[in-house]
Amino acid sequence: MSDIILFQSGSLMDPQSHIDFVTDILVKDGRIETIKPSISSKKEYQVIDLKGKAICPGFMDMHVHLREPGFEHKETIETGTLSAAFGGFTAVCCMPNTNPAIDDESIALFVQSQGKKANGGIVDVYPIGAVTKKRDGKELAPIAELVQAGAVGLSDDGAPVSDAEVMRRALEYAGMFDVPVIQHCEEPSLSKHGVMNEGLVSTSLGLPGIPSVAEEVMIARDLMLTQYTKGRYHVAHVSTAGSVELIRAAKKEKSQVTCEVTPHHFTLVDEVVRSFNTNTKMNPPLRTQGDVDAIKGGLRDGTIDVIATDHAPHSLDEKEVDYIQAPFGIVGLETAIGLAMTELVHTGILSFAQLIEKFSVNPRRIVGKPVAIEEGQEANFTFIDPNAEWKVDVASFKSKSKNSPFDGRILKGRPIGIMNHGHVLLY
Amino acid sequence: MKLSSRHLLGLDGMPAKDIELILETATSFKEILNRPIKKVPTLQGKTIVNLFFENSTRTRISFELAERRLSADVVNFSAAGSSVSKGETLKDTARNIEAMKIDMVVIRHNVAGTPNFLTQVVKSNVINAGDGIHEHPTQALLDMYTLKEQFGKLENVRVCIVGDIAHSRVALSNIYGLTTMGAEVSVCGPATLIPRGIEKLGVKVFYRLDDVISKVDALNVLRIQLERQAGGMFPTLREYHRFFGVTKERLSRVDHPITIMHPGPINRDVELSADVADGPHSVILEQVLNGVAVRMATLYLLSATE
Repeated sequence: MSDIILFQSGSLMDPQSHIDFVTDILVKDGRIETIKPSISSKKEYQVIDLKGKAICPGFMDMHVHLREPGFEHKETIETGTLSAAFGGFTAVCCMPNTNPAIDDESIALFVQSQGKKANGGIVDVYPIGAVTKKRDGKELAPIAELVQAGAVGLSDDGAPVSDAEVMRRALEYAGMFDVPVIQHCEEPSLSKHGVMNEGLVSTSLGLPGIPSVAEEVMIARDLMLTQYTKGRYHVAHVSTAGSVELIRAAKKEKSQVTCEVTPHHFTLVDEVVRSFNTNTKMNPPLRTQGDVDAIKGGLRDGTIDVIATDHAPHSLDEKEVDYIQAPFGIVGLETAIGLAMTELVHTGILSFAQLIEKFSVNPRRIVGKPVAIEEGQEANFTFIDPNAEWKVDVASFKSKSKNSPFDGRILKGRPIGIMNHGHVLLY
Repeated sequence: MKLSSRHLLGLDGMPAKDIELILETATSFKEILNRPIKKVPTLQGKTIVNLFFENSTRTRISFELAERRLSADVVNFSAAGSSVSKGETLKDTARNIEAMKIDMVVIRHNVAGTPNFLTQVVKSNVINAGDGIHEHPTQALLDMYTLKEQFGKLENVRVCIVGDIAHSRVALSNIYGLTTMGAEVSVCGPATLIPRGIEKLGVKVFYRLDDVISKVDALNVLRIQLERQAGGMFPTLREYHRFFGVTKERLSRVDHPITIMHPGPINRDVELSADVADGPHSVILEQVLNGVAVRMATLYLLSATE
């Protein structure tokens, strides 16, 4: 295997430097040596033909659950990062709802060390630290130590920081280190025992609902706290039209607020729950067509910064139960790019450059791990075939879990490989 | 004539001709129930399991009577004291019972959608005897049968369902069935107990009983669950009774008789005053008898499907 790789005839796309042209790229020892339209090949080069394919700055999924430590029957850092690699991601940020939670530096260091060992370290694993000890919403976790140990953000995800005072202090304290507090927005007194969106479908099915306002009242409160504290606030998995509107208004006020949406929230609506398929159960729940339309509007006008999967693996046995007993969440890493290409790019809602912003530039800016495709920089790439048609087959997933509502779906556009830390993976 | 599905999961989406077939068939079974010898050999050799994960007295007895009068072999299963309380999953329980060669499963469960789930893991015919706050199709069928007996038809019959609509599988199944059959359906209850989007199912919503009572032919009065008060859904039982209770005094203000139905068990003098429950326009006990006939019809027709 040669240490010099020549990528030929790929479409280089980096919205940070407004690059969009067909070129060759020479990578030596994992660094970008030369970018120019025609580089002559030498026999010691490993040549990779990327004609018709896009070369993008490495994608990051800033919201995944790798389940290790504690829930290794669902996923491990090894299987989760392999799933990420085959989903087209060179980096993931893993949520702290493990057991024990990532609420002290030892667990933060453990997660990173497992990430470096997994699959040759081709996927960077950046931990999100807990906001509060044991994620119970009461006392602040050792945020400074967590950040020093590599945490790139803070969240009690899976649960909200529901106490307003605790949220205020978290924003103030985390603000000192310029890391975002990532909030799972759900007012528990309103969401209660809900399992799906509250509305016509929940009424028709007799399933307890989670009203859209459960998300929106917490966002509204947090936006006021963010303005008051001058902290950094990131809304995880936005799901309602009202949430998009609140965040849009806050951004106009120059608040330090960012947000993300999952592929399932711009693809599916609560009608699919009529099947009682437990792979349609996630939190926040699938909403209505009006919400999907508002989310697409938010993606288009930049209100929504990031597409992140909320990759939430659960074993077959855990999901093969009744709808109320089933846990929330679906796997997302291996369908994210295909869904985004199909639902957003091929429909004209986003340009391909905007897609790269949502999957690479913006999440990496928010957590402070930018990459750029420039000479002299480390080669950190996601390769995409924008027009390949393919069928989702959960049996082929690298993730340990197969809980996806997208099995059998035809998508257009898919990742074909990644490069990171000198390793090339082409599927 | 055959039903278009081999399961009875709910009335949502059930074609009118299937509902008609069940109601017509029930008429002949009701005639049998009025004979001195009430047993027929229709389901001889068939085995039916009544899988009850939630307490029930009248529905279970009604099903069991219907099954025995059709000469089926009957097995009763209740969750308390079973392997379910030892953590066995519904899937394992159902598969184990089916391994003993069962033909039909009647299931009552506290979670919506469990009968649907069951059809994916067992091969038997599945009959929903109430799933959470989703559907209770045989109850709605017996309600419709009773209404048809009263009015000779269902089309344009004006029915109001009164009470806790948000937590009622009886209400939902009645809404699906009655709207399919062309009845005019309304619901009435405190706003906290009217679920969102219900009007999109083709029903009118009323928050004052006095506003609707003069415009209907029948009231289907639901049991008010006492725990809803503790859950903050309405302030006191007294206030509920005053504003939503069906009383003789309230009915006397209307110039036409109104048929009174109730799925039972009744909280006397809460949702329904005792004199109305026992009064001349109450068909509550007729509903109970019709329940057996409708369930016999359902079991018989499902056993004849592929």
